[in-house]
Amino acid sequence: MASEQTSAQYIKHHLTNLTYGDMPQEAVGKQLCEGMPAVKEAGWQFAHCAAEAQEMGFHSINVDTMFWSITLGIVFIWLFRKAAKKATVDTPSGLQNFVEWVCEFIDTSVRGSFTAKNDLVAPMALTVFIWVFLMNFMDLIPVDLLPWVAGQVGSALFGVDPHHVYFKVVPSTDPNATFGMSIAVFLLMLFYSVKIKGVGGFTGELTLHPFSSKNPILMLVFIPINFLLEFVSLIAKPISLSLRLYGNMYAGEMIFILIALMFGLAESGTILGWFGAGVGGIMQLGWAIFHILIITLQAFIFMTLTIVYMDMAHQTSEAH
Amino acid sequence: MNFNYTFIGQMITFAVFVYFCFKFVWPPIMNALHERRNKIADGLAAAEKGQHEEELAKQRAIEILKEAKDQASDIIRNAEKRAGEIVDEAKNDAKAEGERLVTAAQAEIEQNITRAREELRGQVVSLAVAGAGKVLKKEIDEKANEDLIKDLAAQL
Repeated sequence: MASEQTSAQYIKHHLTNLTYGDMPQEAVGKQLCEGMPAVKEAGWQFAHCAAEAQEMGFHSINVDTMFWSITLGIVFIWLFRKAAKKATVDTPSGLQNFVEWVCEFIDTSVRGSFTAKNDLVAPMALTVFIWVFLMNFMDLIPVDLLPWVAGQVGSALFGVDPHHVYFKVVPSTDPNATFGMSIAVFLLMLFYSVKIKGVGGFTGELTLHPFSSKNPILMLVFIPINFLLEFVSLIAKPISLSLRLYGNMYAGEMIFILIALMFGLAESGTILGWFGAGVGGIMQLGWAIFHILIITLQAFIFMTLTIVYMDMAHQTSEAH
Repeated sequence: MNFNYTFIGQMITFAVFVYFCFKFVWPPIMNALHERRNKIADGLAAAEKGQHEEELAKQRAIEILKEAKDQASDIIRNAEKRAGEIVDEAKNDAKAEGERLVTAAQAEIEQNITRAREELRGQVVSLAVAGAGKVLKKEIDEKANEDLIKDLAAQL
């Protein structure tokens, strides 16, 4: 933590994405960032603070989230592809053992909760599990390390003040990432629901449950009520899926940041300050160990729910 | 935490990774696992078969061993019997031989006795003749008295 920052600034700095976006014309000349010059020009540029990113709205991209998620995804694919290429019937060793163990585990999970036949579900579950796990894993890297590196690189290559280089290294603390996955899963769910049950079957599922009546007039009254209930429960799936992951990771990251604040105490130079920093170190270790459980669990939950939702989409005769 | 293109980018990224995993990662690994499972199952079955065969072989070995033991004891028994027979035979032979020897010796003795007796008789005859000759002097014809003396000798 830099001494010239206040705690609030420090936290805010850590929770801001590195955003590259299209600055609208009407924002030019406004002084959006504290202690920074006003926006000079419109067009595509890096946001200097959260307020500027806000101004860019949808026409922007979180470079750090994209960079890390793609990097980690490539790490996952590279690692597993390497094992897959060498996969033989003979005695496996090292990496292949690990990869096979993970695949076996995913396969068991899929067989446990997914009853229909779809070859896409298991690889998707594998991708979700490992990718989410790796993204969550970035949480365990000391909070200041990668942002500091990014700051140094930013100041060396682009001549920016390192304090204005934002770098959020945990993609799953960005709702864009979690929603991106959950909505993709949701779209697949809709696709398979329509494909398996047909448009009529799927519409019927949304409108004819849970209230039904043999009386046609009464049924007409029930249809909107049913639709409201079923639609909410349908929409709740991707939202809860992504918000659960996002919330857990965001909170975990927040606690790491708060613990990291304690290291700043040492800058006072007093014994008490050093003691506080030491306590912070122990707390960070403890939280990191506990967090190993959380990141794995969240990845597992995301994967399991993905499988379960896909299973629901494949259920033809739904019993209520 | 505002929504922006990142959201769409993440969807695309996710789709690409899932597709890649679906196409190039999952099938070879699962195939290898499946094949290995079969191979292990085959191996286990073969091992079981082998064990069964070993069991059978053991049983056969035990049987053969038992047979061999029986045969061996038979042979030993026969040999003992044969040995006894041989010993008996030898004993009998020896006895017979002994008896034969004894008989032969007895016969020889008898013969000797007879010969000795004959000799003795002869000598007695000649002695008697000589004695009688001396007694009767020239008067008695040796040839006329010979029959008489022979009679006498036979009575001895």
